[in-house]
Amino acid sequence: MRFSFLFPLFVFAGLLALFFTGLGHDPSIVPSPLVNRLAPEFNLPSLEAGEEGLKTADLMGTLTLVNFFASWCLPCKVEHPLLVKLKKEGRIRVVGINYKDKPKEAKRWLAERGNPYDRIGADSSGRVAIDWGVYGVPESYLVDQNGRIRWKHVGVLTPGDWHEDFVPLIKGFEK
Amino acid sequence: MIPELGHYALVLALFAAGVQTTLGLLGAKRRDAYWMLATGPAASTQFLFVTIAFLALTHAFVVSDFSVTTVAKYSHSTKPLLYKITGVWGNHEGSMLLWVLILAIFGQALVAFSKELSHTLRARVLGIQGFLSTGFLFFILFASNPFLRLDPAPMDGQGLNPLLQDPGLAFHPPFLYLGYVGFSVAFAFAIAGLLEGHIDSSWARRVRPWVLTAWAFLTIGIALGSWWAYYELGWGGFWFWDPVENASLLPWLAGTALLHSLSVVEKRESLKSWVVLLAILAFSLSLIGTFLVRSGVLVSVHAFATDPTRGIFILALLTLTIGGSLVLFAMRASKLKSVGNFEPLSREGGLLLNNLLLVTAAASVFLGTLYPLILEVLIDEKVSVGPPFFNVIVLPLLLPLVFAMGIGPYLPWKRADFLAILGRLWAVALAAFAVAGVIAALYSGKSFLALLGVGLAAWLFFSNLLLLAERIKLFRAGPSGSLARLHALPLSFFGMFVAHMGIAVLLAGITASTLWQTEQIRAMQSGNEVTIAGYRVRFEGVERISGPNYLSDRGTFRVTRGGREITNLTPERRYYPIEGQWTTEAAIYTTWLADLYAVLGEQADGDGPWAVRLYHNPLVPWIWIGAILAAFGGGLSLADRRYRVKGKPKTKITPKAEKG
Amino acid sequence: MKRVLIALFLATTAPVFAVEPDEILNDPILEARARDIGKELRCPVCQNQSIDDSDANLARDLRLLIRERLKAGDSDKAAISFIVERYGNYVLLRPPLKPATYPLWLGPFIIFGVALLIATLYLRGRRRADLMTRTLSPDEERRIQDLMDHH
Repeated sequence: MRFSFLFPLFVFAGLLALFFTGLGHDPSIVPSPLVNRLAPEFNLPSLEAGEEGLKTADLMGTLTLVNFFASWCLPCKVEHPLLVKLKKEGRIRVVGINYKDKPKEAKRWLAERGNPYDRIGADSSGRVAIDWGVYGVPESYLVDQNGRIRWKHVGVLTPGDWHEDFVPLIKGFEK
Repeated sequence: MIPELGHYALVLALFAAGVQTTLGLLGAKRRDAYWMLATGPAASTQFLFVTIAFLALTHAFVVSDFSVTTVAKYSHSTKPLLYKITGVWGNHEGSMLLWVLILAIFGQALVAFSKELSHTLRARVLGIQGFLSTGFLFFILFASNPFLRLDPAPMDGQGLNPLLQDPGLAFHPPFLYLGYVGFSVAFAFAIAGLLEGHIDSSWARRVRPWVLTAWAFLTIGIALGSWWAYYELGWGGFWFWDPVENASLLPWLAGTALLHSLSVVEKRESLKSWVVLLAILAFSLSLIGTFLVRSGVLVSVHAFATDPTRGIFILALLTLTIGGSLVLFAMRASKLKSVGNFEPLSREGGLLLNNLLLVTAAASVFLGTLYPLILEVLIDEKVSVGPPFFNVIVLPLLLPLVFAMGIGPYLPWKRADFLAILGRLWAVALAAFAVAGVIAALYSGKSFLALLGVGLAAWLFFSNLLLLAERIKLFRAGPSGSLARLHALPLSFFGMFVAHMGIAVLLAGITASTLWQTEQIRAMQSGNEVTIAGYRVRFEGVERISGPNYLSDRGTFRVTRGGREITNLTPERRYYPIEGQWTTEAAIYTTWLADLYAVLGEQADGDGPWAVRLYHNPLVPWIWIGAILAAFGGGLSLADRRYRVKGKPKTKITPKAEKG
Repeated sequence: MKRVLIALFLATTAPVFAVEPDEILNDPILEARARDIGKELRCPVCQNQSIDDSDANLARDLRLLIRERLKAGDSDKAAISFIVERYGNYVLLRPPLKPATYPLWLGPFIIFGVALLIATLYLRGRRRADLMTRTLSPDEERRIQDLMDHH
């Protein structure tokens, strides 16, 4: 009989351990099922008529940062300087997918702030974004030379995030 | 000035609570009569100071004193007075103060209503209440102080979430807390019993009113929350198995089990250690629920302030309280000697089954709610556990329970004759089938689940009626005889009767509103008409109006039936400029049998049609009525004369000398 | 002031509310399937709502996508898989049955079984104990007599 009286305490101890560990967790971070898979097939037009847009094949051959952005997205403004800096450094190729936006607005937005993107695809319906498992903007994906998604970052890309999450991975691929 | 007074009052309350704890627990251990007798006044002192603190905070909200951080963050000068007041507990700090106030109120109630308890038991119970108060007051003063000042004070507050400026939601926390905190009394009694080393039938009799009170309040609190979700969230749902909802359901399930098992201890001196564990569990689940809501550990539609440092503090409180009580349980529970033996088919057996089903349901809900966290911590995988899981698992547990509820009250203690029971109930079963059959015939294409729900509700309803009829010997003792018997029936019987009726009504309401709902989702222009459930609804148009702190698009829908005017439904879409938030206010036309529910959506492109959603929810009002009946039944049982019998304390204490 | 408020009122983008009229399919059977599927999928950007209930833009996009897939002839399972491939199992409100979720799905049955076992063992233990203490001692008999005399 004594053991069964101890049982509730054991269960509670387990619960405590769970809660304690859980406190350090952010319940809103959801891992992407696309990591380590090939980037989805897509072919998007450019913002400018006549110019080349962005398609899957464009992601091959070099390390690429695929950045989802929009002119109506306030947090995108915050990460923009970092993207411009990355383009200047030239260590990685930066391309953009314009999410559910009007090309005119997007062009104006880029003209005001500078264009860090090698190529831009206009995803006005948001369908391509769904294929990438995008929740919203901004989001950034690291795609390797073989067109495989290696990392997904949700939200504003801060220099801290860049150094902690992306740089180690990039170093690994540069070898 | 007044906020400072409130702050000092809290500190004083903390001291009083500390004194209350020491006097109560040590006094009982040392059999020191003076200490034990002084516990009551200490508890009353704590109550006084906590009340002052709460009034001080309320005052700050009412006069819009924005130098107080809590007021600045969660109130605004343009808020209507009612919502300034209810805004006191519409935030984390204030709600914790409400929690502690209710704890102190129950403490004071214990002082007033426990004079017949033995001195040691009373002292211990008050001491444990004091311990809980000390813990929470400590938490408030050091991690959730509502009286923190803001310097310089802002010109105006940051307002309150418009969703919270609402009568249903405004009163949902007080009732909920009265329930949660009410279980602390049962908890205190359980711990005191373990400390004393014995539990008997009079202990059970003493605890029951407190459990009834807590349970009734919790029932209302949950129903209020559910009702609010129903009319506010815009699509007629009333339960979403959201973690916070589950957090309130868990203590309710445990509390219901506790309520029923107490009678086994009371009547048969059996199942003692189980009842003690249940009492500990009910309150523990209330505490864990608090933790889940405030710690940021779970994602939920209405999680409170998410703050990990607070989470750690609450976790420490949980460890001390629940951990401590479970350690005590492991050590002392074997001392509780239960006697009495019973057959599986008996009142005790039935109540045991009731407990079995309720506890499994509670454990399953708990498991489902925590599973995402468990999986994430253990193997770093993310899953969601939503309504599909809970519905599949919990329904097969609660539906048989309703079936058992129809049989349970017929079972005598110790041993029941199966055939005799069958003989009494076959007519009820027939009636239930008949009802289900009629429904099936009237409304074609109804799912099996719908018929099952209705059939079980009918079963419980008729079984309950028959029970009453048998008790008053209806048709067998003449009208005066039956009337006399009716008069003589104890209130606790009526309590059970009304409460169980409430459950039958509730089940019917849930079944019908979930499975019989019809909806019309349309884009409508002014002049368009649509029919739903036999009503003709004509969209008259939308006008723009302004309220005290919002702007609104109000739509008008003219509802007729068979040519007869029924009502005008006026749903709104409101914009609250301070918070920059939109809300929908559904328009609901309620009858005894259904709700007609209209929601105004967006207008397409400037001048286009409006998105309109109309729902017909059959028997939805029965959900709230059922819950109120259940709570009312609890209240009736409370008023039973056996709880009003005053008696002398069991042992005489001579000051000082007695040891051991 | 009122004009400012009205301007604000008009300028802010208002949320869209759950299933919109323009999403509804003409085929009622397909629409019913879409609604049922919608109740099974979690809105990835919401605090615990299905895409059927949610007013988020992504939820609407997913609702439209589901309807497209159903119109294109996908089975319920295929349409759901389409979303799961992109957003992970997280988006399933009904957790899939796999080794990681066995404890979840089997848990309630195990709990019920264990509880039933404990209850049965307890009852049997009680019966044995009761059988052994059937008779009253003379002392107890005297006490009963006393009590009966008092009342």
